Amino acid sequence: MNTQSNAIPDTPVEAQGFAPAVIPESRLLHWLVQRELWENRSIYIAPLAVAGLILFGYLSNAIHTWFGLGIMSARQLTEREMLAQPYDFAALLIMGTTFIVGVFYCLDALHGERRDRSILFWKSLPVSDLMTVLSKASIPLVVLPLLTFAITVVTQWIMLLMSSAVFLAKGQSVTTLWSQLSLSDSWLGLLYHLVTVHALWYAPIFCWLLLVSAWARRAAILWAAIPVLAIALVEKIAFNTSYFGAMLANRMGGGAEAVVAPGGVPMDPTMTHLTPVHFLSSAGLWIGLLIAAAFLAGAVRLRRYQGPI
Amino acid sequence: MACIEARGLRKAFGTTIALDGINMRVEEGRILGLIGPNGAGKTTALDAILGLTPYQGQLRTLGRDPWNERDQLMRDVCFIADVAVLPRWARVSQLLDYVGGVHPRFNRAKAEGFLAKTTINRTSKVRELSKGMVTQLHLALVMAIDARLLVLDEPTLGLDILYRKQFYDSLLNDYFDHNRTIVVATHQVEEIEHVLTDVMFIDRGRIVFECSMDDLESRYAEVKVRPEQVAAARALRPMYEHQAIGGSILLFDGVDRQQLAALGEVRTPGIADLFVAVIGSQPGRAQGAAR
Repeated sequence: MNTQSNAIPDTPVEAQGFAPAVIPESRLLHWLVQRELWENRSIYIAPLAVAGLILFGYLSNAIHTWFGLGIMSARQLTEREMLAQPYDFAALLIMGTTFIVGVFYCLDALHGERRDRSILFWKSLPVSDLMTVLSKASIPLVVLPLLTFAITVVTQWIMLLMSSAVFLAKGQSVTTLWSQLSLSDSWLGLLYHLVTVHALWYAPIFCWLLLVSAWARRAAILWAAIPVLAIALVEKIAFNTSYFGAMLANRMGGGAEAVVAPGGVPMDPTMTHLTPVHFLSSAGLWIGLLIAAAFLAGAVRLRRYQGPI
Repeated sequence: MACIEARGLRKAFGTTIALDGINMRVEEGRILGLIGPNGAGKTTALDAILGLTPYQGQLRTLGRDPWNERDQLMRDVCFIADVAVLPRWARVSQLLDYVGGVHPRFNRAKAEGFLAKTTINRTSKVRELSKGMVTQLHLALVMAIDARLLVLDEPTLGLDILYRKQFYDSLLNDYFDHNRTIVVATHQVEEIEHVLTDVMFIDRGRIVFECSMDDLESRYAEVKVRPEQVAAARALRPMYEHQAIGGSILLFDGVDRQQLAALGEVRTPGIADLFVAVIGSQPGRAQGAAR
């Protein structure tokens, strides 16, 4: 593209008495991530709102139970299942919320700044395209999983305090509740699930969305979906197979067989299903991460060439 | 060291040639006006200088290759693309925090000082500010950066006259010194005229005129000639002629002022007059079409 040669010799300005001024990359990344959180407040508002709703629902339910109107006792469940169900449900809801937030965040991350022309302002600052794209990728891959974990833990804690209060008020002992729930174990399982599935296993999905958002001029969501559907369709027509679809379903489904041992249930407190070695040695993980890296590299390159739209 | 040095700078978008082999050299400490009609290639030239677009040919900005070293270059270069690029969701205080966080040469106290002279509220969002205030804010951010080159591309587009005047006044009084270089691209010629040290006209991807303001005063003269003396004046080969009330106005390049004084009232032409004369007389362009 650029037939630049070094025919005009000159030294960069640093050599001319200006103090070398470089911001450490960690500080740069901190401000870049902070910037994303300022712009996209839904990153934390959405899961917090869902957590608030869960707590409100749980509180109403606890009050009902207090008056003996609880619906739970009507169903035949083991004691642990009955106790743990709302906790698992809360974790699932918060996780689902942050996943959706991550998808929409990625679709807009490199598109919005071109649409509102602010890319010209961001590019007027000494921040490389690589650092910018990495900071944006860190939102779904690092920030959201950690946020999900923190919000879930706090929510489940408050739920536990609420039910303990109900138990105590009814004159029952809370020991069974606390021992049956074993929240700390399920938190470990949750963290494992978030790191393996949401951060590592889903990385190619988020990075694909970032690539599309760097490329598309409009309707990023369509451009993200159309090629995927097209490949699946062409494969079906040409070869009458559906390997691509199956592969995709496996990726979206969280790659259950790679993450947990066969037959394991996510967040089963017995912990027998946590198989990091099995997960880390699965080819699907590493192929996925390679593809994610390639998508990111593409996004960095696109951002360098792209201006406002 | 030249602040900007380009040789044979070319850029094409498909079959449209935006830059057609530009050679330019901008020395340190100058204020250059890059003036041209819409679509002349001003923005493309600035984008190349700032590393926002790839190009062919040789180009050095502050001794760096802008396309491959944009992020390092931006430590020493600032630019205001136009009034609408500050993110609308951001609060004023957030922008101050962010620029302070990522820019090694940003002096926050200085920016706060500039803002104190305006009515901009620290807690306001950019979307709540008027167009003029957004420009004031952007200028405050940029002037607080100890940069060596400031590039402005139509910075006052769409602003009312008060803000426009204020913009260039603060730039000149509070920012410019002889270690800095400023390049301004615009087609609102009149209001930057008194600010510039050099002027360059660009038309259809080529530089068609360049001159320092000092040379402009000594070389070019505009004479209002009474009808009976027009023939004598034409003999001195004016570069441009147009009609005005009570006579013709003729523009001369390098003709002795004493000689011209005999023909009528002599004055130094404005950049706008020169622009019309130079661009309007370009081959293939109808006279006056460049207005």
